[in-house]
Amino acid sequence: MNAFRKNVIQPILDCWSLLVGLKITGKYFCKPLITVHYPREVIDSENLSTYGGHVELIGKPKDPAMPKCISCMMCVTNCPSNCLTLVKQKAPKPTPEQEQEWAAAAERGEKVVKPKAPKNPAKFTYDYTLCSLCGTCIENCPANSLQFSNNIYWVATSRKEMNIDLLARLKEQATELSAPAPKIEAKPAVAEKEA
Amino acid sequence: MFGIPMILINLVIAAVAAMIWLALNALVLVYCERKFAGHIQRRPGPFEVGPHGALQPLIDGLKLMSKQLLTPDNADGFLFWLAPILSMIPVMLLFMPIPYGPVLTGMEVNLGLLLILAFSSFNGLAVILAGWGSNNKWGVLGAARAVAQTVAYEIPLLLTVLSISFMTGTLNLSEITAQQAGFIWDWNIWKQPLAFLIFIVAMFGETNRAPFDLAEAESELTAGFHTEYSSMGFGLFFMAEYGYMVAMCSICSVLFLGGFYGPFPGIEGWWWMLVKTYALLFLMIWARWTFPRVRFDQLLNLNWKWLLPLATFNLLATALIMKL
Repeated sequence: MNAFRKNVIQPILDCWSLLVGLKITGKYFCKPLITVHYPREVIDSENLSTYGGHVELIGKPKDPAMPKCISCMMCVTNCPSNCLTLVKQKAPKPTPEQEQEWAAAAERGEKVVKPKAPKNPAKFTYDYTLCSLCGTCIENCPANSLQFSNNIYWVATSRKEMNIDLLARLKEQATELSAPAPKIEAKPAVAEKEA
Repeated sequence: MFGIPMILINLVIAAVAAMIWLALNALVLVYCERKFAGHIQRRPGPFEVGPHGALQPLIDGLKLMSKQLLTPDNADGFLFWLAPILSMIPVMLLFMPIPYGPVLTGMEVNLGLLLILAFSSFNGLAVILAGWGSNNKWGVLGAARAVAQTVAYEIPLLLTVLSISFMTGTLNLSEITAQQAGFIWDWNIWKQPLAFLIFIVAMFGETNRAPFDLAEAESELTAGFHTEYSSMGFGLFFMAEYGYMVAMCSICSVLFLGGFYGPFPGIEGWWWMLVKTYALLFLMIWARWTFPRVRFDQLLNLNWKWLLPLATFNLLATALIMKL
């Protein structure tokens, strides 16, 4: 009797789950859409802030065109894909008078204070074709100078364009901040708050 | 009239009408299916071509037609190209004996039901030829599955149809419809509810539709028997699939849902047939986007251990009641 119950009655009762499934998809069919029709609508900036695009530099709060970067090379050494290239700035070349001065100071037994190289990088490029967006560079940056951009509408038509000069990009962003870019004409989609 | 028999003219008109009906249905159903799938997944579906994407299937058809017809190396060219044609042609014949309206019957055949069931099994043959002829492992696997499935599901389908013809005493679809005239409770679905359920399930199996679409399981077999087909070779299979769906749903509405009769007398017409057929088609589409694909042993177990005994029992009970 138990076997009959298990093998015959139960499967028939289980058919109810088919109707439950149909009910669920039917309910979803009647709900409003949650996708965005891209060229006519765009995602509002609130939802865009969670988008993790390519890596970009963060500027100093007082001088947004200058990165916080201290050229410590932590990002370059830790990058598993070798997609970051950083060139440090060299110390300024001393003039002949300065060199003479230093030499004289060294003879006198005084301590020579040579000017140090500036900390900010001379060149910072990033090959997006290699990047796996693992975020290791961001985690390891001691100066918190890297972040994922929300550059969702970025398009490149060649490999060359995928090689981004991050310093130039930061400068561009800084000028855009002082003079905001023209607004996109498409209206932001009505953000649907999902419970 | 010029020595041409009237029946021949009738037949030609019916054949052309069936072709048009088939092509129109394929276009509408593809659009409906994609829209339905989209909205169930809460996205718009096709949207860009025409108002709300209504011209998308037309453009897709044009794209298919303009593509190159490729025959794979080492494929059996004759069988390979015979298969889609063999899949398509019987579908048109299926629409002939179905009474779509009081006078809208392509061809009055006394054995209409038998004709439909005989010609609908041609699809199995076409699928074997396609799978075998394309010299592709997925093709052969898909074809083997499709054949095991369609052959198995044909039996409960036949048994349920047989119980209907036991009850009505005829194989003529027009007569079966005529016997259901009157009110909604005169329809066969109330007299044969079990047969109706078995027919619906077997219909899904017979037309290779999800959740029984193992013959073209995309995740395992790329596309099954039509993996190697390009252009209209694939297009014909596609149209045939939708054609079989429409034919099966039409037959289901004739057998169980009163055909072109409305829920109460005096309002019969082809529109009732259309409404019922499309309601069943929407059920099929809805089920496709709801239920996951079953495993192959589950598929055959369901058939041999459930549908077949139930259908046999139903047939015997019908015979007994009719005799008494």
